[in-house]
Amino acid sequence: MAVGKEIKTQIASISSTRKITSAMEMVAASKMRKAQDRMHSSRPYARSIRGVIQHLSKSNPEYKHLYMQEREVKRVGYIVVATDRGLCGGLNGNAFKKTMLSMKEFNDKGVEIDVCALGSKAVSFFKTYGGNVVAAKTHLGDQPEVTDLIGAVKVMLDSFAEGKLDRLYVVANTFVNTMTQKPMVEQVLPLKTEDDEALLNHQWDYIYEPDAKELLNSLLTRYVESEVYQAVVENNACEQAARMLAMKSATDNAGDIIDELQMIYNKARQAAITQEISEIVSGAAAV
Amino acid sequence: MAMTVHCDIVSAEEEIFSGLIEFVSVTGSLGDLGIYPGHAPLLTELKPGPVEMRKQGGEQDIFYVSGGFLEVQPSKVIILADTALHAADLDEAAALEAQKHAEQAMGDKQSEFEYGRAATQLAEAAAQIRTLQQIRKKLGK
Repeated sequence: MAVGKEIKTQIASISSTRKITSAMEMVAASKMRKAQDRMHSSRPYARSIRGVIQHLSKSNPEYKHLYMQEREVKRVGYIVVATDRGLCGGLNGNAFKKTMLSMKEFNDKGVEIDVCALGSKAVSFFKTYGGNVVAAKTHLGDQPEVTDLIGAVKVMLDSFAEGKLDRLYVVANTFVNTMTQKPMVEQVLPLKTEDDEALLNHQWDYIYEPDAKELLNSLLTRYVESEVYQAVVENNACEQAARMLAMKSATDNAGDIIDELQMIYNKARQAAITQEISEIVSGAAAV
Repeated sequence: MAMTVHCDIVSAEEEIFSGLIEFVSVTGSLGDLGIYPGHAPLLTELKPGPVEMRKQGGEQDIFYVSGGFLEVQPSKVIILADTALHAADLDEAAALEAQKHAEQAMGDKQSEFEYGRAATQLAEAAAQIRTLQQIRKKLGK
């Protein structure tokens, strides 16, 4: 019977799409677990180094490092962390929207902007949108390593050290829970101080070994690297969670469409049968 | 009871130790350092080497770090290690092997870069062996 052949093929094609999306969902779910573990295990280091930097900014150092000085803002740098692959819902879109909002503030003030793009999606976004991309790194994979990021981060740090950049921001998604990921724009340089009552408030300084300049240089570089690494690892966990959700809803939607099409197909078939019967019956009556 | 201070050892990948200690010694960039509770605020770079600590109650423990930073606050000691391992996990054979490998590589220094890498490898292997010897000494006592 030729009835609803188009519908039949459409159902078949949507079923195979559903198979793919449900497989992707399961892959994302298992990757997410690993990505989350990685995120949690690298958190203590990031927290500790942030603590050290906080103490440092509270102290009264004999030597004020370049990274700790507030300067007049003429040019700012953004390190934008995005995913390498798509099909992860609004994850990248939200982060870019947030970035653009924050960049607009500077644009209005006539401040220039340099961008360091991490992840293919960030690169292609700034390619279409336009933006001064000075460094890029893509294909970080599921297990990003600190060594992969050093190069891109160094570009930004060097231009900060040369006085080309006056502020440095990192944009990435933060993992709230599996359902929620929140894009955040955080200032990394110059260091921001937060009030912490637990610390001594009188004037004090560390004993530095070997000397303050050298030590602070490597410590602050390490700090920025760790911040960016943490952002990348966290963004990775977000990516997997977002993809899992996106694929889950795609699978559900495919199921709904299949049900609907099946209903239409059944109705069409029933109508065809009814018509045939009535034709036969009326034919027989005429005889 | 002896005075104690809180100590954290963290590497970029994971937290390695967190707890109260009576004493800790590390390899600073200018030489070995011993930290007791109440030490003045200090910030220093670490060289590859052992981190030896006496935990609350007198139990000894040794870790190995391949470099990093040490921060001392009146109430807290933080070791930010590049990579840290529990010293018991160190494989002496592997360390000796790495040392031999590095020495060999130093022998035929083809380029500046190769030489620099080999020197770092050698320093790390030597530090690992030093850590192991320290553990052995402790156990022998």
